[in-house]
Amino acid sequence: MAKIVLDTLRHAYMPNPTQDSDWALKQLDLEWEDGGAYALLGPSGCGKTTLLSIISGLLRPTHGRVFFDGQDVTDLTPEQRHIAQVFQFPVVYDTMTVYDNLAFPLRNRGVDEKHVDQRVREIAGMIDLTHMLDNRAAGLTADGKQKISLGRGLVRSDVNAIMFDEPLTVIDPHLKWQLRSKLKELHQRVRTTMIYVTHDQTEALTFADKVVVMNQGEVVQIGTPVDLFERPQHTFVGHFIGSPGMNVLPCEVADGRPHVAGIAVQAGGSGNLGSASGKLEVGVRPEFVRFAEAGDTGGLPARVVKVSDAGRFRIVEAEAAETRIKLLVPEGGDIPQEQAHLLFDPDHTAVYRDGWIVA
Amino acid sequence: MNKTHDNKAWFFVLPVVALVAFNAVIPLMTVVNYSVQETFGDNVFFWAGVMWFEQVLQSERFHDALFRQLAFTFTILLIEVPLGVAIALTMPKKGPWVPVCLVLMALPLLIPWNVVGAMWNIFALPDIGLLGRSLNALGFDYNFTRQPGDAWFTLILMDVWHWTSLVVLLAYAGLVSIPDAYYQAAKIDGAKPFAVFRYIQLPKMKRVLTIAVLLRFMDSFMIYTELSVLTGGGPGNSTTLLSIDLVKIALGQFDLGPAAAMSLIYFLIILALSWVFYTLMMRNEQQ
Repeated sequence: MAKIVLDTLRHAYMPNPTQDSDWALKQLDLEWEDGGAYALLGPSGCGKTTLLSIISGLLRPTHGRVFFDGQDVTDLTPEQRHIAQVFQFPVVYDTMTVYDNLAFPLRNRGVDEKHVDQRVREIAGMIDLTHMLDNRAAGLTADGKQKISLGRGLVRSDVNAIMFDEPLTVIDPHLKWQLRSKLKELHQRVRTTMIYVTHDQTEALTFADKVVVMNQGEVVQIGTPVDLFERPQHTFVGHFIGSPGMNVLPCEVADGRPHVAGIAVQAGGSGNLGSASGKLEVGVRPEFVRFAEAGDTGGLPARVVKVSDAGRFRIVEAEAAETRIKLLVPEGGDIPQEQAHLLFDPDHTAVYRDGWIVA
Repeated sequence: MNKTHDNKAWFFVLPVVALVAFNAVIPLMTVVNYSVQETFGDNVFFWAGVMWFEQVLQSERFHDALFRQLAFTFTILLIEVPLGVAIALTMPKKGPWVPVCLVLMALPLLIPWNVVGAMWNIFALPDIGLLGRSLNALGFDYNFTRQPGDAWFTLILMDVWHWTSLVVLLAYAGLVSIPDAYYQAAKIDGAKPFAVFRYIQLPKMKRVLTIAVLLRFMDSFMIYTELSVLTGGGPGNSTTLLSIDLVKIALGQFDLGPAAAMSLIYFLIILALSWVFYTLMMRNEQQ
């Protein structure tokens, strides 16, 4: 187990990166506590797998250092770093039994058979494979194979961290949930640092204590699932996390306050924005938008254009000032016909300049 | 549900049936026909029963040819398969050298078989051939036209040169289809290079290697062209394998009955051994 520190990490796949877009990873400084459960979340091609490979030692970064517990491991192999990894497509040794698969990493390290047997049986119990230890690994289903991959990491007592590279991609949907909760449970038991790469927000948010959201080779926000939901640091996080994603509305500043379509909007603890320059936007999640009721004053005039039922609530799309705003109306809530006024919850409304939060 | 039974479909299959009959069944049946009859010319035939089969199976000449055939086939399999796998393992997986290697490897396969025989014949001639002269210059008493051992050496060398490429290409196809994740997982699990070969590469190559062994077995058991150009079965009968012997009996001596019986036995041996190979190699697949 180890605390992982990434120091000014950059990586490019081409030999002579000149412009910004040549870098698969732009600039990265991170600190991960020992024994934590972390997720790297981002769309395909955002650099999360690159980052994972750099941490595991399969890839050497173009620039920057990687530290495990203060030791510089940048030039060490995955084996020397003592990490384990579960890949997107299950990797099992087809010709071996489940038992031999789990024993493989230990036998390669010259552990004596008695200890191997004890460890393999202990881990097989944890991942519910005890009853099929003698089966050929090739005959298992995809989720069984992923459990073996995970088990091969768990049997080793010297593992610093276990990496997961989108491990649930090939698993049937009804088994995904099972395997995910199993993973969470295992983490609480063994307390090894786990790093989970995914583009699925549900997987990231349910698994991790802290989520690292990445986009275009940059870390956009690091935070707990609640942070990401309630206070996205970047409009990208607002979009990417949550379903439906955050409303992002163009705004301008007058008298130090944000105005959307000429109507003043209250945003968080926004002090005076002054004469802010750059592209300004107001972000508010659909959960925190509501229709004005009798007694409310102000609000953004809007026209309801579309209502879709999502079970417990309805997703309403309203048109205001040539942009669409989504809001959630709980079951049984009234939806005004045609003309309405929208109110934003000031505590959950934020102003963004060029994508980044300012207030 | 009502299924329409329409026997007109048979008409569409007929051309294929006719074609197969014309190029496989009918020729084979003429061979069967010759194998059970005796003739003294003038197209007059007498029923001979299994006489020719008994004669062939009991003849020492057939036993010797069969033994030489088996020795040849197993020798080249033992050399070509491991060598082919070894070469495939050293070939680059990606990059500009891949097409170069592939073309170089494919070259021997593109040369007509009789040209291969002629090439090696000249190459190995002790007085003017590059190989023959060099060997003699180095102090070896090498003459493949006179010494049986030298003839075998040349024959096997020629076959290895001609056909190892096939094993290489098949093994290479199996190797490049292994996802990178397997190698990375093995690295992480601390596997040594031999363990990577034994538990990842070999199992993943198993199917293509089965095909390679089968193809090499069948082809080498039927080798005729290169061999007949290189040594013609000599010196003496030392390199007379089954196909050479068959041609000698059928066209040299014009013994149609024994030749037909031998053809059928030859065919059945190849069929039976191929089946045994295939079953043995696929046995684990079901488990």
